[in-house]
Order: sequence, then structure tokens, then C-alpha cells
Amino acid sequence: MNIVCAGLNHESAPVGVRERFAVAAQDMTDVLRDVRAIDGLAGAVVLSTCNRVEIYAANLCPVKATDGLTQLFRERAGVEIPLYLHDTPRSVRHLFRVASGLDSMVIGETEILGQVKQAYTAASECGATTRHLHKLFQHAFRVAKHVRTETQITRGATSVGAVAVELAGKIFGDLTGRRVMILGAGETSERTARSLVSRGVRTVIVSNRTFERAAKLAEEIGGMAIHFDNWQNTFPDVDILICSTSAPHFIITPEKLATMMKARSGRPLFVIDLAVPRDADPEINAIDGVFLYDIDSLEGIVRQTLEVRRGELDRCEEMIGDHVRSFVGWLRTHYQMRP
Amino acid sequence: MDQTLLYAASASYALAFVAAAQGLARTRRWTGAFSLGAIIVGFVLTSWSLYLRGGMEGSCPLNSLYDVLVFQSWSLVLIYLAVGPAYRLSLLGAFTSPLALALLLIALFSPISREPVVRQALNPWVETHAALSMIAYGGFGLACLAGAMYLVQEHQLKARRFSSLLHGLPPISDLATANRRLLLFGFVVLTAGFLAGLLSAMPVNTIKFWGSLGLWAIYGIILVWNKWWPLPAGRMAFASIVVFAAALVTLPAIQYLSSRP
Repeated sequence: MNIVCAGLNHESAPVGVRERFAVAAQDMTDVLRDVRAIDGLAGAVVLSTCNRVEIYAANLCPVKATDGLTQLFRERAGVEIPLYLHDTPRSVRHLFRVASGLDSMVIGETEILGQVKQAYTAASECGATTRHLHKLFQHAFRVAKHVRTETQITRGATSVGAVAVELAGKIFGDLTGRRVMILGAGETSERTARSLVSRGVRTVIVSNRTFERAAKLAEEIGGMAIHFDNWQNTFPDVDILICSTSAPHFIITPEKLATMMKARSGRPLFVIDLAVPRDADPEINAIDGVFLYDIDSLEGIVRQTLEVRRGELDRCEEMIGDHVRSFVGWLRTHYQMRP
Repeated sequence: MDQTLLYAASASYALAFVAAAQGLARTRRWTGAFSLGAIIVGFVLTSWSLYLRGGMEGSCPLNSLYDVLVFQSWSLVLIYLAVGPAYRLSLLGAFTSPLALALLLIALFSPISREPVVRQALNPWVETHAALSMIAYGGFGLACLAGAMYLVQEHQLKARRFSSLLHGLPPISDLATANRRLLLFGFVVLTAGFLAGLLSAMPVNTIKFWGSLGLWAIYGIILVWNKWWPLPAGRMAFASIVVFAAALVTLPAIQYLSSRP
């Protein structure tokens, strides 16, 4: 028994090509039926995400299987395509790398594992899987868990919003019920606020020099708008302050903040300064209970996270190599058995 | 036999610390469970040792400096096991185990008498007073550790270091809460210990009395001050470290002075 993998991903094809092959959930049954109709294929799983479309198939004749899959992709797209084709053991290694997030655009992202699980479940429900594919995917899930647990490949956040959420978690613990204030309704501050809301932040207060813009953003993210002249009155209740105004000078100064902090009963304050030029004087970071991060420090953390993850790649590949050998050994032992 | 058990307990705490440190540096999940397991083993061994010691001395084993150090180590771990999971601060173990180990090593290797001391007249209030005081200091010890963890985490956040340590340590708000509550716990238990001491009507060495009362008052002032004029969590953490360090220094001195005729 052999496992083949045919597909394309963000590295081999631009989005304009990938979108021709994307398989919607409602079309999955039909696509799986077409794949299984290929001569020599015993079973298949179709993985379709925004960054990849891949078919994993169990077969007895790799040549027939790859020809059939290439033909299927070509018919679906109507053009020549930059398809990659892997045979055992490369197909096994590829799936293990995909499930572990090593083949993702952002190394170590974890969403892909859920997508692989969904793809397997969909194929299983259609009766398109075989014993070998079942073993392969169960092993892939174990590999992903092993790699995540034993390395730092998923550690840290990889976007400004995610870093802000992670830091807020390290300051406040549970974010449920926390209050956020946005000063200046910019795009990045909106994204950051949305990330925080998704983690349980209760109240978002938006203040902008143009009140209408503040009201529009507040409506979009389920917050409330206040006039810019009033933001200091609401400040004592706020836990996280996101600044992105276009003010040419500091609007948060140590003198102003030190006075405002007295009304906070020692509660910490997380200031996220996304503005350029900066809205917050760097000196406020020295005030007890104030944690200031500007755009450079947030982006620096993203870079640092990605470096840490890249540094873990060799260990991950080594672990995956062991798992590939283990699975291929099992496959060889059982190749004569019927699926 | 009782000392052999303490050697084994020391080894267990050392293993717990190594595992927890490894977990902090490399994010290996098994290290947390291993560290907790080793701490529990160390605690059971210390409890066994104290039980044997109590049998030899015919009273609660708090009759010598050696006893105090071992009991202090035991109460520190007892409180950690009681509050660590409650405050989701399992990592407190990474900091508790070296302190418990240090106390045991001092008890086992410093030039002090390790002979059992048998008291002639037994007063249950005196034993209650001594045991509660030790447990209170265990609480203060853990407050000190939570404070140290707070300051380390605060430094990481202020310095914008996104290191393994930042990921491994709990949120500073949780640490601040644990620090405050442990101080309060220690203070309440110490007060109860003092009341037991008063009820015992035992003759008290002046230095021991004023030294102990001074420490009690300092903890009380910190807590009352924080109640009326909330202190920044960093200052509270710092205060809990400084006062416990002072207690660590004065406690053996008080014990020594009070044991003199």
C-alpha cells in the first residue's frame, strides 16, 4: 500500500490559482466521489484551506494514482497547474509537517491542525477513508501534539493584535470584564481591539477627534463612543489603553498619568501606543503598574517569536523524521493487507 | 532514621527544582507534573521524619533550632500544596522547592545540635503557639516567593522581554492577588499563634517577645496600610520579600536567645 499526496500551496501557487481549486464544504462529497473514481485509488482525504488544496490518497499503484490526480486537478482548473506530487515516504512526511504547522505561511500556526482534522472527518463521514489513511491521519494528529508539546514551535504571538492579547493576558490574567479605551480610530487599533474583545474584554470605549468616526468604529466593534475632550474623565475605569492619534506631541505624559493612576487603586494599566509619532511619553513605563508597548516593541516581539520558532525547526524535523520512519515501518508490515 | 528521611526529602526537592527550572526554560509539560510529584514525595518524607521526631521528643517537634528549620520547610510546602492549585500558581513550586531544600540543608549540615530535646512539662497551648507561628511563617515565605515572582514578571514586562520566563510565569495580577492573600493568611495565623501563646501563660524571653511582636506589627502595618491606601503591587511584593528576609534572619536569633537560661 502506498500513500500519495497531490496538491498546491501558498508557496507553489498564487492565490489566483489556489482559489480555482478550493473545495467548499458543500462540494466535498462530490469531489471525494470524483477522487475515489480514479483507477487504483482505495481512499482519499481532501484538505482545502485558504493556503492549500491537497489530496491524500491510499493506492496500490502510485503511477496510476498520480496520473489520475493530476488529470482531476487539471479538469477542475481548466489550466496547467504547479502541482506537487509526493509518494511514500515524502507524502507521509508532508502531512506530518502540514499538521504540525511547519508548512504554514506563519510557521507553527495551530489552526491548520483543526483544518486537517475537519478534512479527515469529512472524508470519513463520506466513507472515503481506508484503514491506512485512518492510521496515517491519527498518527499525524499525534505528531502535531508531540511537536507542539516538546518544542517551542507554537510559542508566542505572530501579529501585533495577538501580541497585545498575549501581553494583556500576562498582565491581567483573565481578560473577561476588562475595559479597553481606544484613542484615535486607526485600522491597527481597531484590529487590536477586536483581538482583545475576542478574548473576553467587556467594554470598548472609542474616542477620536472626529466624533462621527469614533461612533462608527464603536458601532462596528460593539463599544461606545465618547468625545475626545472627555477621555480623561473615563480613564480611571480603563485597564487597556490603545493610542493611535495623529497628534504631533505626547498626549500621555508622566505627569498626567501619575495623577490619573492615583484614582486606580493600584490596578495595572497596559498602554499600547500604535501611533507614529508616538502618543505616549516613553517615561510613563517607569510609573508603578504602567506597562507601555509602542509599535516597534510589539513588532520586535513578533520578529522575536518568529525567530524562536525558526530556531525550533531542526528539532521538529528530527521528531517528524522519527515518526515518518515509524509509520512507514507499519505501512510496510501491513502493505499486503486489504484496506 | 528521621535524618535519613530528610536527606531523601532534600533530594526530592532538588529534583523538583531542576524539573521546574527545565520546564520554565523549555516548556516541557511533563516537568510540571514531575516537579509537583517530587514536591509531594519530599513533603511526605518530611512529614514522616517530623512524626518520628515527635515520637522521640514526646511533643510537637519544635524544641530546637533544627526542629524549627525542618518544621518551617514542612509548613512552607504544606501551604504551597494547599494554595498553589487554588491560585493557579503551580509554578510557585519552582520557587518553593529550593527554599524548602535550603531550610533542610541548613538543618542537616549547619553546626547546630541535631539531638532530640525532650521537654519536661508539656503545655498544649505552647505547642499550638509554636506550630501556628511556624505555619504563619510558611505563609509569609510563600508570600515572599509570590512577591519575587511578581517582581521578576514585572521586570520582564517592563523591559519588554518576551522570554521563556515571561511565558512560564503566571500573570502579574494573579501573583499580586496571591501575594496579598498569603500575607493576610500568615498574619491571621500568626495572630492566632500569639493568642495561643498568651493563653499558655508561659514565661517569655523579652527579646523573643518584642522581636516576634515587632514582626507581627510590621506585617499588620503593611496590610492595614494597603487596605486604606492601596499600595502598588510591586511595592507590596517588595515589602513582603524584605520583611520575610528580616524574619529569616531574626527567627534563628530569637530561637537561640529564648533557649538560653
